[in-house]
Amino acid sequence: MPVFEYAPAPESRAIANLKDAYKPFVNGEFVDGSGEPLKTINPATEEVLAEVGTASKSDVDIAVKAARKAFTGVWSKMPGTERAKYLFRIARLIQERSRELAVLESLDNGKPIKESRDSDVPTAAAHFFYHAGWADKLDYAGYGPSPRPLGVAGQIIPWNFPLLMLAWKIAPALATGNTVVLKPAETTPLTALVFAEICQQAELPPGVVNILPGAGDIGASIVEHGDIDKIAFTGSTEVGKAIQRQVAGTPKKLTLELGGKAANIVFEDAPLDQAVEGIVNGIFFNQGHVCCAGSRLLVQESIAEEVLEKLRYRVSTLRIGDPLDKNTDIGAINSAEQLAKIRGLVEAGDAEGAQRWTSPCPVPDRGFFFAPTVFANVHQSMRIAREEIFGPVLSVLTFRTPDEAVAKANNTPYGLSAGIWTEKGSRILWMANQLRAGVVWANTFNRFDPTAPFGGYQESGFGREGGRTGLEAYLNV
Amino acid sequence: MSDRISVAKTYKLYVGGKFPRSESGRVYPVTDAKGKFLANAAHASRKDVRDAVVAARKAFPGWAAATAYNRGQVLYRVAEVLEGRRDQFVAEVSASEGQAAKKAESLVDAAIDRWVWYAGWTDKIATVLGAANPVAGPYFSFTVPEPTGVVGVLAPQQSSLLGLVEVLAPVLATGSTAVVVSSAERPLPAITLSEVLATSDVPGGVANILTGHAAELGPWLASHGDVNALDPTGAAPADRPGLAREAANTVKRVLTVPEAEPDWTTAPDLTRLRRYLEAKTVWHPLGV
Repeated sequence: MPVFEYAPAPESRAIANLKDAYKPFVNGEFVDGSGEPLKTINPATEEVLAEVGTASKSDVDIAVKAARKAFTGVWSKMPGTERAKYLFRIARLIQERSRELAVLESLDNGKPIKESRDSDVPTAAAHFFYHAGWADKLDYAGYGPSPRPLGVAGQIIPWNFPLLMLAWKIAPALATGNTVVLKPAETTPLTALVFAEICQQAELPPGVVNILPGAGDIGASIVEHGDIDKIAFTGSTEVGKAIQRQVAGTPKKLTLELGGKAANIVFEDAPLDQAVEGIVNGIFFNQGHVCCAGSRLLVQESIAEEVLEKLRYRVSTLRIGDPLDKNTDIGAINSAEQLAKIRGLVEAGDAEGAQRWTSPCPVPDRGFFFAPTVFANVHQSMRIAREEIFGPVLSVLTFRTPDEAVAKANNTPYGLSAGIWTEKGSRILWMANQLRAGVVWANTFNRFDPTAPFGGYQESGFGREGGRTGLEAYLNV
Repeated sequence: MSDRISVAKTYKLYVGGKFPRSESGRVYPVTDAKGKFLANAAHASRKDVRDAVVAARKAFPGWAAATAYNRGQVLYRVAEVLEGRRDQFVAEVSASEGQAAKKAESLVDAAIDRWVWYAGWTDKIATVLGAANPVAGPYFSFTVPEPTGVVGVLAPQQSSLLGLVEVLAPVLATGSTAVVVSSAERPLPAITLSEVLATSDVPGGVANILTGHAAELGPWLASHGDVNALDPTGAAPADRPGLAREAANTVKRVLTVPEAEPDWTTAPDLTRLRRYLEAKTVWHPLGV
């Protein structure tokens, strides 16, 4: 096959309207936080993007007070029809500023612009649009007449989908009449603070949304705050367990979206080219920084070699590099810390005897990058088959029978997602029944929609986000 | 010598469809509300909890996979057998709780009716709580509720039968399996209920009932790695935070329960059914 070289196709970073400094957002205003300011960097170049003011424990207090006042004074009293209009406004403002948000997200997070532009930002807008419509229809949500909001929600979100996770958290909370104090991740605070500007543009009443950048200690202050009624957390299972322990014995309501180790199961009758696309999307989307990533590939033994060969060929065509280049498939790992974690687990894979293949693609010499890697000959006891890597690293295992595939897929304390590839409809439905996972993608992978509930079984957390089911997390039902 | 000596019953545990004594060999005396000796109940141990969890796990796949129609029939059958033993339950509830006969009768009737109510939910949960998701793309996406798994239940301490039914029946209706620690002071209706379960087509291991102390057995249920959810209703309020912290180590679902034991005669709602369900969303592309 002829090889065509790609010309650079960079998106302009000027669109991001990057400022030198950003501040916490409390009670409708950008304020000087009393925490130590942090510098957020571009993981693709390691250059400082901006200085971001952070909150201290006392700022958490001030924000919770503002949220409480907004809850009792304004937001919980407002008719749903009016609340809805604010959410519709926010949805529209996100759409209007989508290009700016996408570029800013790629700068701060390192994800390819094609993903932030085509997936993260439009889905974030969709979440506000969807939940806006619920605000005046809660009586029809199936939780009995007049379900009530919980009060002030403390929300802590991760760095892998900064704006999208914000939307998943804030949209249902506001639609159901709660007010929020949200902490974005330490390494990716920028789009959340532009979202705060959007709240101002939408003329959202002060205090309804408060955004406090900071590290884990600010998250902990939010979790332990006595005047918060609900905690919603998305992040690692380890932190999730700590939060569940901390909330134990308090009246706070809790939902957790934690880690995963999804099985992507390919049967011998699967449409192989589509399956390979799905496998690639499943593990290399967003550099593998996806809690529901298909990180364990289970291939039927009879086609394992063929699939591996096709997979290696396809993966070697992925382009790694500048996140702002529209032709980039794989961007930067979000932080030096995460890169070190990925390297550690990959070394464990080598040491435990798995067969490693790394894409020969050129890797930038600046910034945090990790070339797509596929491990074959993986056994269930290996760390790379058990632990969440959260990077572009795929572990390949084999199976012979559908029963064995189910047993291997379910052999994990996690249960967030799973994939099935086969042309046989009855097998898809049978497998979907057997798999202990909150989302099952059949002949597709990584599909998200505000109308479709998302969330995990067991150590992948509890509670759902999206759909009618997701409203329960913010209602007194 | 004209008075007949009654045949006294030995009350045992109910684990995996069988009625073992506690492996610990321990028993404790059960008295009526006035302090009169009624029986020696088995005093379940940590090992009994573990055996019961093993039985519940083993029974889970079959019970979860049973058709909703079948589960509904099995649960309705429990109500039928309960009705047949109504007098025995009235006597036991009356003795255990110190209720007058009239009140005990109404409690037993309510327990039977409650069981019928839950039996009728098995084949409606998916319709009421599931969804066809109108996603913005060429995909068929639907969400179905599925049972959480093995549920550890600390049954209420006061309401020996109605409260027990209200915490056990929703677990079984959703397709989960249960390990229940009964009321410590009022265990006899629970043991008789296990005889009803054993004779009403409920597969062995689906419901396991241990007599013993929530304070002693609760922590083992809360920390057990193969228990998926915990209902701490019967734990002392002071013990509940500790149980919830233990449960967090395996991200168990922990039911939020009121401080004081609720009035179980009030009409139930979907809350308990919902707590033992996971929403599973399935996607498939549309095309020709």
